Amino acid sequence: MRSANNALEVDQLSRIFDVSAPWLNRVIDRKPKRYLRAVQDVTFTVEKGKCLALVGESGCGKSTVARLVTGLYAPSEGAILFAPAVKGRGRGKPMEAQMIFQDPHASLNPRWRVGDIIAEPIREFGLRHGADVIEARVAELLRTVGLSADDAKRYPHEFSGGQRQRISIARALASEPEFLVCDEPTSALDVSVQAQILNLMRRLQDELGLTYLFISHNLAVVRHMADRIAVMYLGRIVEEADTEALFADPQHPYTRLLLQTIPDVAAPNRDRELMGGEPPSPLDPPKGCAFHPRCPMAADLCSKTAPEVRARKGGGLVACHLAPAI
Amino acid sequence: MSISYHPPASDALALDVRGLSVEFPTRKGVLTALSEVSLTIRRGEILGVVGESGAGKSMTGMAVLGLLEPPGRVASGEIRIGGRRTDNLSEAEMASIRGSMVGAIFQDPLTSLNPLFSVGQQLIETIRLHSSLSRAEARARAVELLKQVGIPGAEERIDHYPHQFSGGMRQRVVIALALAGNPQLIIADEPTTALDVSIQAQITALLRKLCREHGTGVMLVTHDMGVIAETADRVAVMYAGRVIEIGPVEEVLSRPKHPYTRGLMGSIPALGARVERLAQIDGAMPRLNAIPTGCAFNPRCLEAGSRCRNVRPVMVAEGQGSVACLVHDGGVQ
Repeated sequence: MRSANNALEVDQLSRIFDVSAPWLNRVIDRKPKRYLRAVQDVTFTVEKGKCLALVGESGCGKSTVARLVTGLYAPSEGAILFAPAVKGRGRGKPMEAQMIFQDPHASLNPRWRVGDIIAEPIREFGLRHGADVIEARVAELLRTVGLSADDAKRYPHEFSGGQRQRISIARALASEPEFLVCDEPTSALDVSVQAQILNLMRRLQDELGLTYLFISHNLAVVRHMADRIAVMYLGRIVEEADTEALFADPQHPYTRLLLQTIPDVAAPNRDRELMGGEPPSPLDPPKGCAFHPRCPMAADLCSKTAPEVRARKGGGLVACHLAPAI
Repeated sequence: MSISYHPPASDALALDVRGLSVEFPTRKGVLTALSEVSLTIRRGEILGVVGESGAGKSMTGMAVLGLLEPPGRVASGEIRIGGRRTDNLSEAEMASIRGSMVGAIFQDPLTSLNPLFSVGQQLIETIRLHSSLSRAEARARAVELLKQVGIPGAEERIDHYPHQFSGGMRQRVVIALALAGNPQLIIADEPTTALDVSIQAQITALLRKLCREHGTGVMLVTHDMGVIAETADRVAVMYAGRVIEIGPVEEVLSRPKHPYTRGLMGSIPALGARVERLAQIDGAMPRLNAIPTGCAFNPRCLEAGSRCRNVRPVMVAEGQGSVACLVHDGGVQ
């Protein structure tokens, strides 16, 4: 741990997937093994009580980072360090990180009552003992997320999408984590419901002192939630800065175009620069800077050497040859 | 019930829907999915239809296409496409109208294309179905269409199969298919929802350009206010199967008149300024079997009065658009 203020430190994290054809096909077609580098040399820290957002398009590796952080995938290289929990960890102790998934219809067991879904982590980790105590804790959690204690007896299908996401949040809070990984928590919801859930998440952060790693492709939502933003492109972080600094002065051309392409309801029918082309396949990433085939500013250098991550003017980090020097 | 707002019927209208109601008879009674929906789309104009899940926006598109799932049926009202009445046509007549007078673009381009035929075969089939072109002429037209929607190397790509295209390119092919019969109207139901933001912007820009060039009216059905802001000329806001506000996009988005539209706009995190807490509309849209009497929004509305619970508001002209709200029509008390 480099700083006691950090809830999470991720150092040079990489994850490589083996996407080779089966052995027999490889032998017959004389093809080598193929690897997909979903996440490459990703380094970031999240301060206690803050919210770091990872943004990017499909396939940029942001969800893979979320799964690495929660331990659903093992890292190929690199290290993930959580702050030494005050309360300890493991059986009989709270968990260090929990996850809220995108689709509240797929992430709740349809055959279990809501009360059992929320009580499972409490029982599993032995955080509370005795049926009455656990029932009271479930009721408390349901009230925390804006549902009523009676809802414990009902099944997930009886709830709307927004209410289900509240149940997911209650379940995540049940194991008393200090760190929540939220993978597109509002993407499946309508805007008015999204506002309810985002407000709830902000309130919980204030009340419980939670730290968030927030994954989203929606920059407007990210701006509302995050203290700091890391923009990912093809498995790497291309720019990272405090939210206001990033929005005020985006320095990587990808960040700039991403901000340009986002429809803004406050400014209908504005003229904007469109990003040409499509994200390349991570199986066959371009040489040099991965963004150079789509970059309007690309120079010779960009197609030859990958840019180093360096300090960004105005604070933060940027990986671009052409970003202004300090 | 009379709807006070309505321009006269005209050939310049790609779509003219008046007092459209759609019902689903069920064992527990008749559900009204759409109630007295009226809207028009001029040629070359994009009308955005927004609302939350279950507001009836897709249902409106399906009703215009004549693709209501049984037992759903048009209970009352009229639909005119390019001046021709289509709501009372037989299934066979409607089939000949789809493709030639009205085209469709759906959310998932992979399910709108047949995976077993090359995109060329699908385009040529559609073109020949609606014209008397020979196979070679139809192929030339198909290449032309693919060029128009911005597919690089159209001459070669025409023989490729849908799985060989990326999501954004596939949606371009679907747009080419929708344009193949030179329709006067295109129903685009969440055409960019499955796409990434950078691709989404490309597709909406393309849709705008093509509908201007071809003089095609577009009904753009989406839940994404951002897409509407970027693409549409006018916007209709739906709630619980009713149109509650309609008008030019700048006016509806920046000066919304209906309390629901205002709440909806407030709940969207804006790129411009950061607020501590988003405005939220408490509660949820009513189910079809429990739509409140009077104004359907009254239980969630902060401005509702006694009259809102009894009198159903009708569309009244206000500014350049119209709104169905008693605040603008005689007061809430």
